Amino acid sequence: MSLQNILENWSKYRRGAEEGGHHKYEHRWGMAINLDLCIGCNACSTACYAENNLAVVGKERFAKGQAMHWLRVERYWDESINTTSSVAPEYPEEGASFLPMMCQQCNSATCEPVCPVAATYHTPDGLNAQVYNRCIGSRYCSNNCPFRNRYFNFYSYYESAWPEPMNQQLNPDLSVRDKGVMEKCTFCVQRIRAAKDKAKMEDRKVQDGEFTTACAQACPTSAIVFGDRLDPESKVAKLWAQQEVKLGVYKQHKQNPEKRGYRIFEELNIDPSVMYMERVRDSSI
Amino acid sequence: MIEKDIDEQIKWAKINADVLRSMENPRRAYWITFFICIAMMACAVTAEIYQYNTGMGVTNLNNPHMWDMYIATFVFWIGMSHSGTLLSAILHIIHADWRKPIYRFAEAMTTFSLMTAGFFPMIHLGRVWNLYWVLPYVSDRGHWPNFRSPLVWDAFAISTYLSASMLFLFIGMIPDLAICRDNARGWRRKIYTVLSLGWVGSDRQWRNFRKTYLLMACFLIPLAVSVHSIVSSDFAMSIMPGWHVTSFPPYFVAGALYSGCAAIITLFVMLRYYFRFEEYMTVAIMEKTAKLTFAIAMVWTYLNLIEFASTWYGHDIYAKELLIAKATGPYAWIFWTMLFCGMVVPFALAVEKFRRHMPTMFVVSLLLNLSMYFERWMIVAPTLSMAHDPHQWYIEWPSIVQWAIVFGSFGWFGLLFLVFVKVFPSVSMYEVKEMVFHRRRLVNENAAKEYSRRASDRKGAGGTPELKGA
Repeated sequence: MSLQNILENWSKYRRGAEEGGHHKYEHRWGMAINLDLCIGCNACSTACYAENNLAVVGKERFAKGQAMHWLRVERYWDESINTTSSVAPEYPEEGASFLPMMCQQCNSATCEPVCPVAATYHTPDGLNAQVYNRCIGSRYCSNNCPFRNRYFNFYSYYESAWPEPMNQQLNPDLSVRDKGVMEKCTFCVQRIRAAKDKAKMEDRKVQDGEFTTACAQACPTSAIVFGDRLDPESKVAKLWAQQEVKLGVYKQHKQNPEKRGYRIFEELNIDPSVMYMERVRDSSI
Repeated sequence: MIEKDIDEQIKWAKINADVLRSMENPRRAYWITFFICIAMMACAVTAEIYQYNTGMGVTNLNNPHMWDMYIATFVFWIGMSHSGTLLSAILHIIHADWRKPIYRFAEAMTTFSLMTAGFFPMIHLGRVWNLYWVLPYVSDRGHWPNFRSPLVWDAFAISTYLSASMLFLFIGMIPDLAICRDNARGWRRKIYTVLSLGWVGSDRQWRNFRKTYLLMACFLIPLAVSVHSIVSSDFAMSIMPGWHVTSFPPYFVAGALYSGCAAIITLFVMLRYYFRFEEYMTVAIMEKTAKLTFAIAMVWTYLNLIEFASTWYGHDIYAKELLIAKATGPYAWIFWTMLFCGMVVPFALAVEKFRRHMPTMFVVSLLLNLSMYFERWMIVAPTLSMAHDPHQWYIEWPSIVQWAIVFGSFGWFGLLFLVFVKVFPSVSMYEVKEMVFHRRRLVNENAAKEYSRRASDRKGAGGTPELKGA
């Protein structure tokens, strides 16, 4: 790379991130979550526990904030509801909204550059991968995640969380993590891997809807849609296009401001791969 | 009040005798302190074994709160190490010779606090047995650390600084070790013979020694500044509110010098009292140290206010909310204690009456260091408790395991220091002699004339007269 080259093509290199960086992306897995459809049933979270061998930590540790749920359903209440009643209860009867929060697989993820041993990196699939065996547990990645979506194995769970015969229900497609290791949502990378392998064997491309993540599969209202953003025919790509939400920007410029799609904390320029669609509220509530 | 830093009539033999006396026959108080330090360390070792076997969860760390007291204490100890370099290297270069009686223990403090600080990143790692992965060692799998990570820079910076400051401490001690060698018997004599590297005090040795010492001083100054800047980038390089602050590197360096100077005052008072070093660690030197501390305190105050102002008038709503939460939330008592002890208490150093009163200075220096510890806590904890996502707001206080390890780190530091003062001279004998030599010449007018004549004479300028005195 000569100096001349840098000077002439600087703007191109600068723009790189917006056009997918310098990765040659095979896929860019993404999600669209319709919060209007979410009923807060936590089926996605449970499915995630089953699929990804997540440890059940017990009540005390959960209350201490040491839980291992890769996908958590965040609950928020409308402010108007709280202020109208004279004594605002902590959890009012109505006005709740739910927000399933998993790793947003940011395309310029803040967790990646800070890991001292490069245990977390970006894959050509647009995923933010975590290498458990490489992790030394400095927990810097979690500190630098605005979503706080990285979970640390504060204890060793492989003996206590799955007593016999429950260890038989562990998913053999991925490992059980030991203490001192960071882990997080992988978009069910083992399913992605299997689908890609199958497609390769059959000499074709991965079809949209051929497989999906455990959370999307379990969702009773189909609020979660998963797919390949690079495939223009995929459901998720269509939803993103319909909502006029683009990757690679920190502020969406929409033709139609009525569109509900948004990405959480995109103003931090982290470029998340998950689009949420705002909940539509009846104004009377 | 104009006062002598040191009595220029003091005899060479008396200096030797006083310092060598401090190195022998520990009194009972010494052994009591020694065993208290060992007991404190035992607490930490027990806690660490428990934590190692059980998992990091016993520290009460949790999801938003991944870093905690360990990192705050790490930054605190790294900060403590800076004043030794300030006294021995910066003041050496600007020829402030009042540093001479007190720089040796400050330099030792640098090394020992770095040795203490180095433990904390290890203690806090989830898988400490893989610690060496942050170093770029040769691996047949071609694995490298992530050079973009500030933690890797930390590993380089701290190990460089530690080795350089140890070397500097050692080099500065060589002439003194030779004096020890000449006066020691038994096992001590053997050790000092090896350590003094055959020092006989010849002209050539002094010349080489001066050059090396100056070179090391020049090498150490940028290192000291860069180490704490790099520690600050652990925070400043992240995107978290309250951490992502451009002024962090100078703010950290100022805070480091501040807490280090306060620690020097603490140890100054203790050594002066314990070893009866009143003739060397004089009130006049204490006054100068206190003035220096006051100046640094004001720099720190200024940088603190800058940080608040830039957050307040900035456009980062997260950082602004966090600043308000710091001042009003569950950490408010720590925040206000920090500001009071760090910004108001140092004004005691501006009052001459207080500066000259050793017990007051002792208490003030402890309060300043309390403030600096709280400052580190206020940097690490609130940001994690109240970051971007309100669902993950969570206040958590350290468990007894963390307290035990932090407590034990003070024992470890104390132990190293106690061993040091009995094995090595904690006052630099040859440099005190140099200082006295200069003062004598300045008092004696004829000698002063002779000195200026020789200084202006180009031929004579080469033979720096002060070297012969030591």
